[in-house]
Amino acid sequence: MLLSFDHVAKRFPNGVEALRDTTFTVNEGDFVSIVGPSGCGKSTALRLIADLTKPSAGAIKWSGKPPTLGFVFQDAALMPWATVEGNVRLPLDLTGTDTATAGARVAEALALVGLEAFAKSYPRELSGGMKMRVSLARALAAKPSLLLMDEPFAALDELTRERLNDELRELWAKKNLTVIFVTHSIYESVYLSSRILVMSPRPGHVIADIAMPDPTTRDPDFRISPLYGERCRAVRAALQKGGAL
Amino acid sequence: MTQERILAYTLPALVAVAVIGVWEWAVVALDVSPFVLPPPSAIVDAAVANWQSLMDSAWVTLRITIAAFILALILGVGMAIIFAQSRTIERALFPYAVTLQVTPIVAIAPLILIWVGLDNAERAVLILATIVAFFPILANTTLGLRSADRQLHELFDLYRATRLQRLMRLQFPAALPYLLAGMKIAGGLALIGTVVAEFAAGSGTSTGLAWRIIEAGNRLEIAKVFAALALLSAIGIAIYALLSLLERQLLKRWHESARPKE
Repeated sequence: MLLSFDHVAKRFPNGVEALRDTTFTVNEGDFVSIVGPSGCGKSTALRLIADLTKPSAGAIKWSGKPPTLGFVFQDAALMPWATVEGNVRLPLDLTGTDTATAGARVAEALALVGLEAFAKSYPRELSGGMKMRVSLARALAAKPSLLLMDEPFAALDELTRERLNDELRELWAKKNLTVIFVTHSIYESVYLSSRILVMSPRPGHVIADIAMPDPTTRDPDFRISPLYGERCRAVRAALQKGGAL
Repeated sequence: MTQERILAYTLPALVAVAVIGVWEWAVVALDVSPFVLPPPSAIVDAAVANWQSLMDSAWVTLRITIAAFILALILGVGMAIIFAQSRTIERALFPYAVTLQVTPIVAIAPLILIWVGLDNAERAVLILATIVAFFPILANTTLGLRSADRQLHELFDLYRATRLQRLMRLQFPAALPYLLAGMKIAGGLALIGTVVAEFAAGSGTSTGLAWRIIEAGNRLEIAKVFAALALLSAIGIAIYALLSLLERQLLKRWHESARPKE
């Protein structure tokens, strides 16, 4: 086990209760998708894991020392005044990584997302999909063992989204990462995940924890297989049962 | 140079030529007294005849304007950085900055003159011009420092950035377009503040262009008044053009305002 949510609740100062009595675990190497309706606390759960906000009750427990984190936001959240290279280098600069190591890591991260040729470009010169790749490269540059992704592909067109899904799945397998992936999309979660946590409407809590066996064997053909349809129906049924649909 | 840029320069120049032509013609045709409105040719003659004294005065005004602008920049950015670190400090001090801004400069000029001494009129003018130019830099930079993307702030939280890292790598670059816009306003205000303060100080020890205008007005040398006014306008336009150039150079690679129109 890598981390556990132990009866976690989160109530904001304005009175909104995002999470109530939420309990789940994440194991090392998992690709866990969190699926649920808008406002059910999916993003709040990620922010709690990243220690960007504190729980109102309960605790987030790590099996050892908290791992190095990478965070990919819904918007690419790039610094428009910095080049692609400068954006990817940011976590390394903030954590005091020496110049030579930082240079090598930036080059490696850009190669992983296929953007070596755009190192000197500025964000405004890139497409939406490319910006998201830069955001992913920035998260990977810090060599995280846990990658938190908050609806990273929600704003992209379907074709770009599918391509980035494939790239992310390959990266996860290659880099031995643990990924926690927040999404609205049942189809995306079924394609990517080794487990899917289904959340109830607000105040959110986990209403189903569905295993998705053999995550490493997937390829684009899986999207049109009967198994894929069957699994999508299972997630949809869980959402319906919890009142989210 | 694009067609749009050529038009941006030639259109105002054509308007100027037309206005000057109509002005020269109308003054002669309508027999307007030169004590009311001299023709442009007389203004050029007055400028040539008084070139040295006008240039000396222009240099005094320009020197004080630049010094006031730099002082306003340092004070404005410095205070904005302090405000951005703490809402409490901002709440405590911002009303006084506003008070300073809305108090007419001519009303506080006598007080400043008394404080710095009547023999130091130039210093009084510098202080008054700084007060006028300071506020847009403070207000714009404060807003800019607070305008950085929330998710980028969270990213800086995630990597445990220090206050200085956050300021230098996130808040200050995010504030740059706001600061540059504030500087463009402040550049003009520094000149206006200098001239108004020179008028308000009204002392013979201050020898800027405002003093030349008062002196020429008292002697009914209206063409010389216009020549001094033309010099003031030229200084104002030069300041604006320089600050616009700086803005373009600093923002051209990344900011939407610098993106060429389709």
